[in-house]
Amino acid sequence: MIIVDLILSNLFSIPYGGEILLRTGEHLILVAIAMTIAICIGIPLGIVITRKPKLAKVVLGLANAIQTIPSLAIFGFLISVPFIGGIGKVPAIVALSLYALLPLIRNTYTGIINIDPTIREAGRGMGMTDTQLLFQVEIPLALGIIIAGIRIATVISVGIATIAAAIGGGGLGVFIFRGISTVNTQLILAGAIPSAFIALGADLFLGWLERYLTQPGQSKQKYFLLGVLAVLMTGLLLGIFGLQNPHTETITIGSKNFTEQVILGEILAQQIEAETDLTVERQFNLGGTFICHEAVKVGQIDGYVEYTGTALTAILKQQPITDPKEVYRIVKQAYDKKFQLTVMKSLGFENTFAIVIRREDAQNLNIKTLSQAAQYTPQWRAGFGYEFLARKDGYPGLAKTYGLKFKNTPQQMDLGLMYKALAEKQVDLVAGNSTDGLIPVLKLVVLEDDKKYFPPYEAVPVFNQETLAKYREIEPALANLAGFITAEQMQQMNYEVDNQLRPVAEVVKEFFTKNPN
Amino acid sequence: MAKSPKLLQDKEIVVEFQDVSYGVGANNLLLDLNLTISKGEFLVLLGRSGSGKTTTLKLINHLVMPTAGKVIVHGRATEDWDPIQLRRSIGYVIQEIGLFPHFTVEENVGLVPSLEGWKPKTLKRRVYELLDLVGLEPGKFAPRYPHQLSGGQRQRVGVARALAIDPPILLMDEPFGGLDPITRWEIQQQLRHLQAQLGKTVIFVTHDIQEAFLLATKVSLISEGKLVLEGTPTEFKRSQHPEARRFMACCQIPQ
Ligand SMILES: Nc1ncnc2c1ncn2[C@@H]1O[C@H](COP(=O)(O)OP(=O)(O)O)[C@@H](O)[C@H]1O
Ligand SMILES: [Mg+2]
Repeated sequence: MIIVDLILSNLFSIPYGGEILLRTGEHLILVAIAMTIAICIGIPLGIVITRKPKLAKVVLGLANAIQTIPSLAIFGFLISVPFIGGIGKVPAIVALSLYALLPLIRNTYTGIINIDPTIREAGRGMGMTDTQLLFQVEIPLALGIIIAGIRIATVISVGIATIAAAIGGGGLGVFIFRGISTVNTQLILAGAIPSAFIALGADLFLGWLERYLTQPGQSKQKYFLLGVLAVLMTGLLLGIFGLQNPHTETITIGSKNFTEQVILGEILAQQIEAETDLTVERQFNLGGTFICHEAVKVGQIDGYVEYTGTALTAILKQQPITDPKEVYRIVKQAYDKKFQLTVMKSLGFENTFAIVIRREDAQNLNIKTLSQAAQYTPQWRAGFGYEFLARKDGYPGLAKTYGLKFKNTPQQMDLGLMYKALAEKQVDLVAGNSTDGLIPVLKLVVLEDDKKYFPPYEAVPVFNQETLAKYREIEPALANLAGFITAEQMQQMNYEVDNQLRPVAEVVKEFFTKNPN
Repeated sequence: MAKSPKLLQDKEIVVEFQDVSYGVGANNLLLDLNLTISKGEFLVLLGRSGSGKTTTLKLINHLVMPTAGKVIVHGRATEDWDPIQLRRSIGYVIQEIGLFPHFTVEENVGLVPSLEGWKPKTLKRRVYELLDLVGLEPGKFAPRYPHQLSGGQRQRVGVARALAIDPPILLMDEPFGGLDPITRWEIQQQLRHLQAQLGKTVIFVTHDIQEAFLLATKVSLISEGKLVLEGTPTEFKRSQHPEARRFMACCQIPQ
């Protein structure tokens, strides 16, 4: 009861109560569809390979190999695959189905192979056909193990489905990603707790089904129950695909998976909705620069906000340049030629990499710049995001420019967890972003980049040219946003969302009300 | 009255092995087997374990195919039969019994009739009849599952299952292996009666010479995949073949 109370009070005390229900529904639907597809493929395949021992090795090996690929890698790979790929629910379902295959195939196969051969021999000797043997003897006897496989696959899917949010698949992962990127434990729990309950519920239900179906007797009732379940699943599947009619007059705005990006995406979306008759679909919290770039290139999303420095170094793979105008010119030209993407005018602020330390350290040691910090870093531990560690314009260059050395090899950390780790003194220096709303709140300071190492990172909307040609009203609508947002305003909005836990849509609406264009 | 040899000739041949060999890879498990089994005959295949008795039975109902020669059932080579049709016309009691653990006794015994599409009522009547026949009280045993039976009861169910659609040929592979001597005696008597009463052709595998003499109208001795001796029990007792002598010696059959 206490737990239920806690959940209910949580559900209604935070502003996301309704969304939890929505995301839970999305999550359930993702898992249900993926499992239905996986069952329709995995179980027949498992049966087929009991008849073809040579094929068995290949199929099981392949399913095993799929299982070992990290889920983000599969999602990333699927983006550029036609029909089943891209971003959104479809590739999420494809990836989930792929992961569910191994336990299904393996359990079906071993369940049937391990049936006492004398039973099979007896059946054949009595004159049963292969089909009769399969449906009356082999499948019923293997059913317990097959359902155990479904059970394992379902529980795995519930977990992996949280990662589907990285490619805009929705589900409870949306909370978790948003929660991590905004260092908001409540949000993480809003995703994690329902997801755990779904997994637990699925496990209990399928465990019961497993026991019910393997106890002897009432074979007609059992087949009836299985039949009902199958019809329900198929109905669900058809219903979902029926509902997913292709949206015609809709454009899709994307964003990467951190607060500022979601806010900027929402700004584009609200501006387009206000100035045109188009409906905007939001595909926020996509899993990083490359996913957004691939998605806008192939038209899976129509536009998102990129940063000029990121475009230059990470996408175009060029050396960092310090002149903002030059960077903008190069990026705009290359995007137009190489990718048929239009880079619009800067929104007005820059979000550069910012090397951040605790304010108390800065005051005690009296340091303001990176050059001054260099003499203390050998006693410090550093935490950097994956991108910063890997990118040319990230850590390697920075260390060279300032001669930075650290006590340990810099730790790779999630963007969202970094500030918390810094505030809690688990690390002493992190690389964040200059517009992060948490910097003033957690009593942190940005060190000045006195040698001008970091290239400029102006926020610019990037749009697919086909979309712009089709909906000519978009470009003039967004032209009003050029130079519209200052760095302080951006920090403020980030702060509202990150720390005041206010919904993004509300914060953006308020921003437009205060600053009409 | 020169009738009797002619009568013998007239007797319908049900199963015939013509130079049958069966091998796995290079080694032959059965070599140049020639056998004729007439209608109503009770043939006992006798031999040590591993001598090839089970394989011989499986050649008859097409569970294995000869690598050389032909097995002819009801005048047609097994390879020309639809294997399903062939097997349904031959009752088969397998050595390991092989009851379906997820079927009740009733469902196990009624397996072949239900595959043949019998009506539930007729089917149930037949199953009860068969359970009576093998000495299992239908009301008590029909709803049980195999794991709720003793070894002997399971073997009786196996026999009942093989008899279900009244097949003219019955293959029985050491069907009474796990029984205590008394039960065994009872069921052997029952089988003898059954066979005489129903006029079935029975091919019965055993390594127990007493059982062979009790049941057989003809005994075929198999040794290392070869048929070494064939004859009536009386002929067998008189035989000087070393393998036959060995069987006789170890079992101390009174002459
Ligand atoms: N599939 C097989 N592959 C190879 N050898 C086999 C196979 N089946 C049976 N055998 C061998 O064939 C011989 C005869 O087997 P079987 O007919 O079962 O003997 P029996 O029933 O007289 O005890 C045995 O030596 C056994 O090991
Ligand atoms: Mg045998």
